[in-house]
Amino acid sequence: MSTGSRVKPYLFLAPFLILFVVFTVVPLFQAVPLATHHTFGPDASTYVGFEKFAQAFSDARFWKALRNTLVFTAGSVFIQLPIALGLALMLNRKRVMGRGVFRLLFFSPQLVGLVFVAVLASVMFQKQKGLVNTAIAGGADMLRSIPLINANAWLPTTSELLNTPWLESLAMRTLIISALWMYAGFNMIYFLAALQNVPSELEEAAMIDGAGPVRRFFAVVLPSIRPVAVFVVLLSIIGSIQVFELAYIMLPEGVGMQDSGLTLVTYLFKNGFEIGDLGYATAIGWLIAVILSATAITQRLVNRQEAHA
Amino acid sequence: MNSRPRHQSKLGSFALYTVLLIVSVVVVVPMFYLVVSAFKTEQGFLEHTFLPTGDGFLGIAWGELTTKQFHRLFSPEIGIGRALVNSIFLSSTTALLATFVCALAGYASAALDFKGKKSFEWLILAALIIPPPLLIAPSYQWLHSLNLLDSYAGLILPAIAPAFGVFLFRQATLQSVPKSIVEAARIDGAGEFGIFFAIALPMLRPMVGAFLIITFLATWNNFIGPQIVLQSTEKQPLSVVIYQTQTAYYSDYGLLMAGTLVSILPVAALFLFLQRDFIAGLSSGAVKG
Repeated sequence: MSTGSRVKPYLFLAPFLILFVVFTVVPLFQAVPLATHHTFGPDASTYVGFEKFAQAFSDARFWKALRNTLVFTAGSVFIQLPIALGLALMLNRKRVMGRGVFRLLFFSPQLVGLVFVAVLASVMFQKQKGLVNTAIAGGADMLRSIPLINANAWLPTTSELLNTPWLESLAMRTLIISALWMYAGFNMIYFLAALQNVPSELEEAAMIDGAGPVRRFFAVVLPSIRPVAVFVVLLSIIGSIQVFELAYIMLPEGVGMQDSGLTLVTYLFKNGFEIGDLGYATAIGWLIAVILSATAITQRLVNRQEAHA
Repeated sequence: MNSRPRHQSKLGSFALYTVLLIVSVVVVVPMFYLVVSAFKTEQGFLEHTFLPTGDGFLGIAWGELTTKQFHRLFSPEIGIGRALVNSIFLSSTTALLATFVCALAGYASAALDFKGKKSFEWLILAALIIPPPLLIAPSYQWLHSLNLLDSYAGLILPAIAPAFGVFLFRQATLQSVPKSIVEAARIDGAGEFGIFFAIALPMLRPMVGAFLIITFLATWNNFIGPQIVLQSTEKQPLSVVIYQTQTAYYSDYGLLMAGTLVSILPVAALFLFLQRDFIAGLSSGAVKG
């Protein structure tokens, strides 16, 4: 072997390695000292030890951000993913007309992009003239016009409905609905791909044995798509814990009224770049990293336990 | 005996299509609202939920629709043309460079032998689990000390070496570039770079296409990066300019919707045009087994 062929592989790796070391490894190592400093902008800093972590634990806004982020994550896992799976199951049925069209249509909100979904949602969820409140008030008026049900007795008034503060006080609900609109079709694609691998003989056999659709779903379909489902749940949790743009762009001041939509990464961003405390922002970054690692480890343990059982 | 299941399945498919149609409406209505609002004046936005009613074709006052908002967007007042050019430049440069850097490294880690190969593979897998939020503040400080803030280099360079790209190209090489072909070319006297460009890269075409689109879209929609790194308004891409417009003209809904439409259309067109590549690439890069 000539020296040329011994050096050449490293030439292939060099552009990646140099950039990776300079722009990922160095900041990663800097995240250790930075979290122990109080900073004001990038130049002024004082060493404070682990005070920034203590600050986070006694900071009511941090806990609020953590709670909101977990609520959003729960919304993704327990509302959005079941809907995505439901859509996939419907499109996976034999002889569905226009399957390709529906698939593309359901996927299409993904093409709008996070920032632009946030701007669109901020207009749609406005009080008074936003589409959501207009539609709800219109629906309520229709109910009112039905005799006998006495809708006026239990429905809020039209002006109350038009003033529903989606962006201000109901921020978490609004974020979950917006994320549902954007990501349900995207996650459906994963489930659809997984459903292709469900052995049809097994399903037919179960059908002949008289298993109903619910029984077939839990006994045959769910076990076959389990690896993909676990993967989608994990990706969804990891993505949801990092929710930022949607909230920051959509909500007033990026957080809603009284922090009703403050998320962890929003709080990191606000501390680092609006207040200028990069040290506190990094400490929050470490805490997010801990939560993300805990999620991944839990998933591993659950997986291993089930493999043994 | 046969009639019951058939009856049930007819009812079932009626329910199925009803649900599918309702979901379609929920998906489409916001997009329709976006497009329609972009062609209305402020007054028109407040007066009509969707299209203005009138006595034109289909009972719609087409004359009330206007392209005024687009004129405002492209006028110096907002100057979205500059942002559009910035977005196109940033997204295509990042996509091309990232694809090249990742393809080189991914191919080498799968098809070439070298000392430290195991450590490199380990490094890539470890890099995949670094949580991005952790790097936000330290990266800003580091770019500040490198004097790269408010420059495109500060935005592009960190974005063109994503570890998951190397991982994807490594998988694609293992799957679609047979070792025997690489060996044969080597015996014929071809150089390693010649083999990469003439033999491997064409075989990796689906992954190249998919990765170009993925990075292009990710850069187009990147908000936190330019928001932190860039300071001059004239350097900002669409994502930040639309956000700034929203902050400055928060009740100017027609203008906001027109800006959003201008921002989405190029990507949507690109995706529809390259959809086949996108899906082929993703499935070819998927780990088998």
